[in-house]
Amino acid sequence: MGTEGEQLTEQETAIYDRQIRVWGVDAQRRLSKSNVFVSGLKGTSVEFCKNIVLAGVGSLTLNDDRLVTEDLLFANFLTPPDENDFRGKSVAELCCDSLKDFNPMVSVSVEKGALSNFNADFFQKFDVVVVNCCSLLTKKSVNAKCRKLPKRVAFYSVECRDSCGEIFVDLQNYSYCKKKNEETIECKLHYPSFEEAIAVPWRSLPKRMSKLYYAMRVIERFEEKGRNPGETSVDDLPNVQKLRKELCEAHCLNESQIPDSLLRRLIASRSEFPPVCAIIGGILGQEVIKAISGKGDPLKNFFFFDAMDGKGIIEDISNVNS
Amino acid sequence: MASEEQLSAIKGAKVLMVGAGGIGCELLKTLALSGFEDIHIIDMDTIEVSNLNRQFLFRQKHVGQSKAKVAREAVLKFRPHIKITPYHANVKDPEFNVDFFKQFNVVLNGLDNLDARRHVNRLCLASGVPLVESGTTGFLGQVTVHVKGKTECYECQSKPAPKTYPVCTITSTPTKFVHCIVWAKDLLFAKLFGNKNQENDLNVRSTDASSSSEHSEDVFERRADEDFEQYGRRIYDHVFGYNIEVALRNEETWKNRNKPRPVYTRDVLPLRPVGQNGNKDKASTGDPSSVSAMASLGLKNPQDLWSLKENSEVFLEALRFFFLKREKEIGQLGFDKDDQLAVEFVTSAANIRAASFGIPLHSLFEAKGIAGNIVHAVATTNAIIAGLIVLEAIKVLQNDVKSYRMTYCLEHPSRKMLLMPVEPFEPNKSCYVCSETPLTLEINTHRSKLRDFVEKIVKAKLGMSLPLIMHGVALLYEVGDDLEEDEVANYAANLDKVLSELPSPVTGGTILTVEDLQQELKCSINIKHREEFDEEKEPDGMVLSGWTPALAAEKTKTSDNGPSSSNASQTVLLESEDNDEIEIILKDPEILAAGKKRKLSDVSVAVDSEIFSVTGEMLTKRKVEEDDSHNDIVMVDGNLDPNKKKRVQ
Repeated sequence: MGTEGEQLTEQETAIYDRQIRVWGVDAQRRLSKSNVFVSGLKGTSVEFCKNIVLAGVGSLTLNDDRLVTEDLLFANFLTPPDENDFRGKSVAELCCDSLKDFNPMVSVSVEKGALSNFNADFFQKFDVVVVNCCSLLTKKSVNAKCRKLPKRVAFYSVECRDSCGEIFVDLQNYSYCKKKNEETIECKLHYPSFEEAIAVPWRSLPKRMSKLYYAMRVIERFEEKGRNPGETSVDDLPNVQKLRKELCEAHCLNESQIPDSLLRRLIASRSEFPPVCAIIGGILGQEVIKAISGKGDPLKNFFFFDAMDGKGIIEDISNVNS
Repeated sequence: MASEEQLSAIKGAKVLMVGAGGIGCELLKTLALSGFEDIHIIDMDTIEVSNLNRQFLFRQKHVGQSKAKVAREAVLKFRPHIKITPYHANVKDPEFNVDFFKQFNVVLNGLDNLDARRHVNRLCLASGVPLVESGTTGFLGQVTVHVKGKTECYECQSKPAPKTYPVCTITSTPTKFVHCIVWAKDLLFAKLFGNKNQENDLNVRSTDASSSSEHSEDVFERRADEDFEQYGRRIYDHVFGYNIEVALRNEETWKNRNKPRPVYTRDVLPLRPVGQNGNKDKASTGDPSSVSAMASLGLKNPQDLWSLKENSEVFLEALRFFFLKREKEIGQLGFDKDDQLAVEFVTSAANIRAASFGIPLHSLFEAKGIAGNIVHAVATTNAIIAGLIVLEAIKVLQNDVKSYRMTYCLEHPSRKMLLMPVEPFEPNKSCYVCSETPLTLEINTHRSKLRDFVEKIVKAKLGMSLPLIMHGVALLYEVGDDLEEDEVANYAANLDKVLSELPSPVTGGTILTVEDLQQELKCSINIKHREEFDEEKEPDGMVLSGWTPALAAEKTKTSDNGPSSSNASQTVLLESEDNDEIEIILKDPEILAAGKKRKLSDVSVAVDSEIFSVTGEMLTKRKVEEDDSHNDIVMVDGNLDPNKKKRVQ
């Protein structure tokens, strides 16, 4: 459906009517031809999946081999709570069934395997790759594989901890058109990879940089030493503080930029906060739709949200040398 | 994850959601996931196909069913142990009174219209229940918290009025496509298929009514010897040909305007054999609601721009189909954006008229958006807004007043922010809704009838549905089921009296008390007599003031219409009928009060059910909307500094 010819089908036009009025037919057509890969299905990425399935992407491939447990069901509206429904199934399989039901015009499938084992060729099939709850090492390597390909594969990483969220975006070299006072101007953006972005010395960043950025880097490094992403507790605070001190000294950053209270919140809770998942999953959905459709200014290259102050902030953290 | 205190506040809370649409579906899901266990939800609507792109709790098989009920069932599938109570009803129904509202800890609005929002605002004020209000359109959204005595209420800032157009612009001198749409929908469609007894300005064809009125009364009646094809052609020639020629006779009108060109079927469709229909009727067998002129003519893509000839064919075919396939409905049809044939008819008629006036034509898709006041909507914005509503609701439940925020969801970042929180405003001390401030009404008490006052002020401006009007202790008017017959007769008689001749005469200096018993809202109005009103600028013939003055919807500029300027005093209203979530409200009293537009960066914000305009590329494509709606949008200044906002006490 919708793949043959240049026109949208009657069904597509009827169902997508309200959003076509937002982004136009061309954008809708591009969406319906796009292929999206999502690895790590937690509250935020599930929200994201819902959003892009509703928007009408061509295909969505899900990757998450964890067996479903009661714990994983929290903040996940895709999986029915009936025990018999999830026994023996992977999270990806369960989400796949529900998502198909949301929009029969989108092809939703499951890809088994560990994310770090997929090679660059595998990612070639996609236009967008999203990783959620992913280790620093894997994040860097998946991002690097996407950048190696002859075509652009947009890379997004998203994390949600307590009532905070972070989105990273790598669109590589991205150009788009926008209209300004009747004139169409071409905008070109150059994105650094995740590895390049986090290598930017902290002292060269603006003074009012979101504290969440630094805090997330500390925790990411902490987890690198033998933890699965998200597997932290308050007991880890002393060690996390130690690492903060090391990193701040290395980067010549005042430790007060990464307050204890923030670190404690980020490591203390292992479950996500559903309203924040909805917000971050919504922003991420919007950004992916922008990137696929070529409509609208995409964010570059980090987004932070903290429910404590309610601000949703964009930070540009790019390697000045590249 | 929520803290212990948050969790216990959430678990113990009883919340009322008003609206189970775009925001509502997302909100119900997020509330359930967040641990809310007692949720009541009111929505009068049923599910439509165009909802499915974002109202994710609904499926194709649910089309036609109650939104509130289906939403409940969908959420119970992943949270079976919580209590969700659905009401397939209008929130304005009397069962939802102050006592009903009092049982809730917080009310969450996901509504699509000003009227219902005002109503809920008043009930929340009267019952002392905090309200979290929200709205989205396209990529823009807003969430606000209204707590009586602590933050402003929903009506502390006046809302821009719905856009209106002077009748003469619609009937005689259209300059924009939207004028042609209003003409096709509110005049021609209503004349042909709607209630024949309703007043209709279609016969006021031109600036020179006297010379053209001879046989106008029966021109829309089909003659006994006519088939539908002949009838359609005669209507076509009359409204697009003859009427234009008559209008052209008035040279004065066209001195500074481009003259329209009369269009006749013989010029556009010269070869079409009379009575042609043949095999086409197969397209319309079965369900009469699926009849389509487009389909019958082989036009497939609603995005295509049709030529004048194609529009003319659609016009004749749609008209014929109405009489052939949907004869029973004729005489009682109202325009409905979901009625395919009606949209086809209105599109084609508007395009033919546009062609005649040298206005660019539009596709059916675009015309439908304009005619139906369709608001753009996407799932992502609704999801974000729903998340923000839940965050505010949790603060309200914890009575964490200092943390309340009004948050804008922006399309383009402002000071690096896509989600911009701002401290809420204090209540407006001169708000007639939450501060009982008297209003002033300038009115001609010798000419205006009580009915004018009730319709134009009490209902339209004050938004009351069950009003009671008193002058001192004398009751002038009252609505209700429990009235005695003689009271009803008495009030009906009062409606037709001019104010100064009422049993208890209303003159300059009179103070009227207007009350809505359901909303528990009471306000006093000081009457000031005024002889004359500007027909263009004050089309109501009365002016209400007293709280922050309304942002008057700007009228189209071309309104001078020579001799028939009396028509200009009437306005045609583009009514809103889309059931999508909308409306964002801008709250900055300084700017609204000063009547300046903010110089803007990027938030824009609109008006209930008005076609929305956003700065940026979406809009530039939509010429008509851009042209027409920028008068209504208000924008947030990029320099809006949250630190400068007044703190809530």
